[in-house]
Amino acid sequence: MAGAAEVSGELLYSAIEEELRSSVRGMLTDLCPPSAVLARVDGDEPVDLKLWRVLSKEMGLAGLAVPEEQGGGGASFREVAVVLEELGRAVAPVPYLGHAVVATATLLAAGQAALLRDVAVALAVPFSAFAYAPVAEQVSGVADALAADVLLVPRSDGLYAVPAAETVREPVVSLDETRRLCDVTIPSGVRGDLVVAGSGAVAAVEAGLVAGAALLASEQLGVAQWCLDTTVGYVRERYQFGRPVGSFQAVKHRLAEVWVSVAQARAVARYAASCVASSDPDTAVAASLAQAHCGPVAVAAAEACIQLHGGIGFTWEHPAHLYLKRAKASALALGTADRHRARLAELVDLPLH
Amino acid sequence: MTPDQLSTVVAEFLAAHDPAGERRQFLRDRFDAGLAWLHYPVGLGGLGLSRALQPAVDDAFARAGAPDNEPRRIGVGLGMAAPTVLRHGTDEQRKRYLRPLWTGEEVWCQLFSEPGAGSDLAGLATRAVRDGDGWIVNGQKVWTSQAHYARWGILLARTDPDLPKHQGLSFFICDMHAPGVQVRPLRQLTGEAEFNEIFLDGVRLDDSLRLGEVGEGWRVARTTLMHERVMIGGQAVPREGGPIANLARVWRERPQVRRPGLHDAVMQAWVRAEAIRLTGLRLRQQLAAGEPGPEGSAVKLSFAALIQDLTGLELEVLGGDGLRHDDWSMERDSAVDFLLRSPTHRFLRAKGTSIEGGTSEVLRGIIGERVLGLPPEPRSDVDIPWRELPR
Repeated sequence: MAGAAEVSGELLYSAIEEELRSSVRGMLTDLCPPSAVLARVDGDEPVDLKLWRVLSKEMGLAGLAVPEEQGGGGASFREVAVVLEELGRAVAPVPYLGHAVVATATLLAAGQAALLRDVAVALAVPFSAFAYAPVAEQVSGVADALAADVLLVPRSDGLYAVPAAETVREPVVSLDETRRLCDVTIPSGVRGDLVVAGSGAVAAVEAGLVAGAALLASEQLGVAQWCLDTTVGYVRERYQFGRPVGSFQAVKHRLAEVWVSVAQARAVARYAASCVASSDPDTAVAASLAQAHCGPVAVAAAEACIQLHGGIGFTWEHPAHLYLKRAKASALALGTADRHRARLAELVDLPLH
Repeated sequence: MTPDQLSTVVAEFLAAHDPAGERRQFLRDRFDAGLAWLHYPVGLGGLGLSRALQPAVDDAFARAGAPDNEPRRIGVGLGMAAPTVLRHGTDEQRKRYLRPLWTGEEVWCQLFSEPGAGSDLAGLATRAVRDGDGWIVNGQKVWTSQAHYARWGILLARTDPDLPKHQGLSFFICDMHAPGVQVRPLRQLTGEAEFNEIFLDGVRLDDSLRLGEVGEGWRVARTTLMHERVMIGGQAVPREGGPIANLARVWRERPQVRRPGLHDAVMQAWVRAEAIRLTGLRLRQQLAAGEPGPEGSAVKLSFAALIQDLTGLELEVLGGDGLRHDDWSMERDSAVDFLLRSPTHRFLRAKGTSIEGGTSEVLRGIIGERVLGLPPEPRSDVDIPWRELPR
């Protein structure tokens, strides 16, 4: 079994990445506080279009992974991962994962990144998709499509770019309303433009799904980190039995375990982002490892957050539920942990039969 | 000194000293040349260089066929005694002890834990009483590896029972050959005896064997314990290089053991092992970048749980073969890493990994309080004389 090479510092954050994090966090603190997200999930505008405009246009972060000569930011998926960590931390209702990761990786693999310029793009597959499968007229449970201008539609003969306005998008009441799904109907007369034909389409879509699985881990890391930080802050201040509840071992030890798993998720997510950024041959392993590990970590962190907040954690007014819903929905997205373990078994030669 | 200049120094040393010559002398010369542990000061086996340069030097010596100092045999000395002597010893003590420690001429052991003081080390009861220009020590120590061939022990003893427990301790170098020191094997649940019990009965130690000031023993011991956690923190391993290797090998070599229920359990273990490996890798990258993080305690904690689950799962995969054990005899001191022993041995020995070097429960408390900043447990044992503590 070939071990991954030990490249110095690849699992750390560079100074530039830390700078990027702090500017994204500062912007989200101003524009996307938990109260605003809470208010939005009760309303009719699930996507924060203003925030998306700031993120994509003003800060220019939607095209980070696209080379400059193709109109992008000329950074890499490592920087995209840092943005995702912060978006996860804020459960920000923007189509960043769908556009800047899944659609972008798909179009980069197809050699058609120019299609991303000035529009929001989403891949028209179910958010639970794990592998390439051509879609027919109806696609159910698509993520980040409500705010998209263009949908990438995988058909049996190739991948097509279809103007979203020519499709019917029916919003779905979603487990995670901060990333509301929709059911898409593509009328039979609407074909769109061919992006890439035949096996190139399969490869492009699979590249998009693998990058999505790999980078989603960074968003899950951000979700888990918020849950940990918020809970630690709460149990230090909350008094019962005459002492802070965080001084009780039962509480302290559970949070220690969350911290341990978040520390691991950070290493795993960084590795996955690094692999995608450098088109490492280990990318498929890294992506499946990322989803096998980080999805459950975020769910466990959100569950601990609610449990250790006690009653207030069970209310609608406290934002903890937004993180639980984001964490659980993300764990079901782009392949559940067990599917990724099954894929890993093939990749690392530990077969079931 | 650049890496290139350093490799020239090593090459010159190897040209001037025959690696096939007398082993002891070769190691002494290597120490005197400052090529033993590069990050130690000049004159004490080092050159005051970065620790990161050490692997290249060790490799160069190994390639030249040079003898090593059998690091497994002297692990306690290298990992715990040496940094403590370096940090808290007098110049005379450093000169006297560090060279024979590194060459392996004098083996060291650790006399910390007691039957009545495990996790609560600072509550220990071994007494050291002033006797003219020395001390008389009485007490019992336990879980002492390498003691049966050790020349010296690092000893934590109580010098003032009227002070609160952390304040009344002093740190000594115990002469393991002194009259009154008795070493007995401690048989463990694997049948063998890796460790010893030490009985200290009227042992006289000269005051020159004291390390640090009287009453400063706990501060000195913290240096030792910090290095113990680093030691256990895990080395660089390739994918499937750790305890998962055995399980993966059994799965690949024996198609007849493959069942769906076990398969997902194997893959869950594989994922955990790889996540922990990457965490260790990241920790080393942080150290190399000069920004050590607290992830070491995460690695120790999760590695212990992983290895216990893995070795248990391996027995289930083996089925009937998991019912057979190889040897219950009281072997004294294994030179072999326990992961290379039999599956049943691995399963049993793994139970120690969440106890030795800080129990998992204590580690979770440390993470909660020192990393996450959670409030401490209310304590009733810090402000009263040790003598008055319930025991």
